[in-house]
Amino acid sequence: MTEFRDEELLADVICRLIGDARHVAVGAASPIPATAALLARERAGLHNSNRLYVSLLGSRAHTFFTDGARELFDCAGQGRIDVFFLSGGQIDGEGNINLVSVGDYERPKARFPGSFGSAYLYYVVPRVILFRTEHSRRTLVPKVDFISAPGGSPDNVVRPGGPIALITNRCLFEFDRMQRRFRLASVHPGHGVEEVVENTGFAFDRPAQVPLTPVPSAETLRLMRTVVAPMLAEIYPQFAQKVFGVAAPLPSAHA
Amino acid sequence: MEYLPLMARITRSLDEALAPITDGCMLAVPRETSGVAMAATRALIRRGVKRLHLVALPTSTLQTDLLIGAGAIATLETSAVSLGEFGAAPRFNAAILAGAIHMRDATCPALHAQFQAAEKGVPFMPLRGLIGSDLMAHRPDWKIIDNPFGNDDPIVLLPALKPDVALFHAPLADRDGNVYIGRERELVIMAHAAARTIVTVEEIHETDLLHDPLFAAGTLPGFYVEAVAVERRGAWPLPLPDRYGIDAAHMSEYARLAATPEGFAQYLDRYVYAKRAA
Repeated sequence: MTEFRDEELLADVICRLIGDARHVAVGAASPIPATAALLARERAGLHNSNRLYVSLLGSRAHTFFTDGARELFDCAGQGRIDVFFLSGGQIDGEGNINLVSVGDYERPKARFPGSFGSAYLYYVVPRVILFRTEHSRRTLVPKVDFISAPGGSPDNVVRPGGPIALITNRCLFEFDRMQRRFRLASVHPGHGVEEVVENTGFAFDRPAQVPLTPVPSAETLRLMRTVVAPMLAEIYPQFAQKVFGVAAPLPSAHA
Repeated sequence: MEYLPLMARITRSLDEALAPITDGCMLAVPRETSGVAMAATRALIRRGVKRLHLVALPTSTLQTDLLIGAGAIATLETSAVSLGEFGAAPRFNAAILAGAIHMRDATCPALHAQFQAAEKGVPFMPLRGLIGSDLMAHRPDWKIIDNPFGNDDPIVLLPALKPDVALFHAPLADRDGNVYIGRERELVIMAHAAARTIVTVEEIHETDLLHDPLFAAGTLPGFYVEAVAVERRGAWPLPLPDRYGIDAAHMSEYARLAATPEGFAQYLDRYVYAKRAA
């Protein structure tokens, strides 16, 4: 078996979750989802004729938007984005995410950057994949302190979108939107079910036999390392350097 | 000198261009990747601007952290502040924990919609999502109504946001104050929404940008522009699209220094008050 890094395993899992899609968008501070989206585009290019459009927020080369920062949101509002990714300083068992603060909002104990586009995109993008690389009782909590965006909504609220899965450094959960509850889908190699239970602050369902997350194939690793990694270096130079050893591109010369 | 009235838009100094940004005004600035006027931001801090209501469309990084650390901000309205790959925004986080600034937490498309309402001259814009988010509980100015064209369809209305001044950095301006913004169309929306717009540019383009159709499609007409100042590398250490990238070494240094109040003061001395050339 070829050696691989955790980030490569997670990107491979996310790539499979993306599955068939026409347009995958990736927001800020999401290097692993960006890896997965670009990998999905490469795979789609190899295996079928349907073009997969990828929009990486902040990228010049990997976006087709020409109408400013609002185009992503207007596109999503019309249902023209199939897959998006969100994270959270806290995520709870009902799929609520908190990107704002810990403790009382007026007197917080810790502050996160803010909600970004979550309070909208979580509702309108059909398949939102949650990712959090720190899987602990600190991040996966019984109830979030602040709901940036809720995991579900009352029936009369127009909401075509929502979470389908949560991927962490330890495992993959699938989300049941009817029950608003996570179900353990697989644990990653080197991790165990008991360890997942121990480190998860919310209750979740699990099958009697929990499968092991499949490892990335040699071909997938090759695509990620040789084709995708240089693309990532444009907007995630630190990540591309750390994970793939790819140097950041030189700033454009025509300044 | 028969073009003097038109040329007046190109100011002789950065400070002259920034004069309309007065203490307590509502100032709109763009996200990191769209052209942030960092040289102008340092000049505002040197001038000692105070009590700004800063609106970052829709997020911000170094610019907001620097202004907060320098004590220039009373109210901050945006969707997120961090240093991106360089970590948390230390002065922003410290100010929130200390209750030193009034925070109006938003979400990106809400801010875009609020600027779009202003550019249309209408009082509000509806937006999907939001219902059930705790953002609503802390934004009494965001209201839920029942869609008048629907049946039991709650939807959020967001008020128009009309900044006193919009400030950004762009590659080019011509002598008429037409500003080439390229694909960064949110800069146009920002300028349409704001009462006045101030722009710093890398250089002056010697022919009319509106005369060339390839430029014109990506140009903010001088009609909306109050003042233009030339500041080469005026976005440094942040990137300017198609011109230069982020100065990663500098951002790492900022993140390290700004982690403490003493380190932040050192940063200001070294890079802001010393008016160090980029």
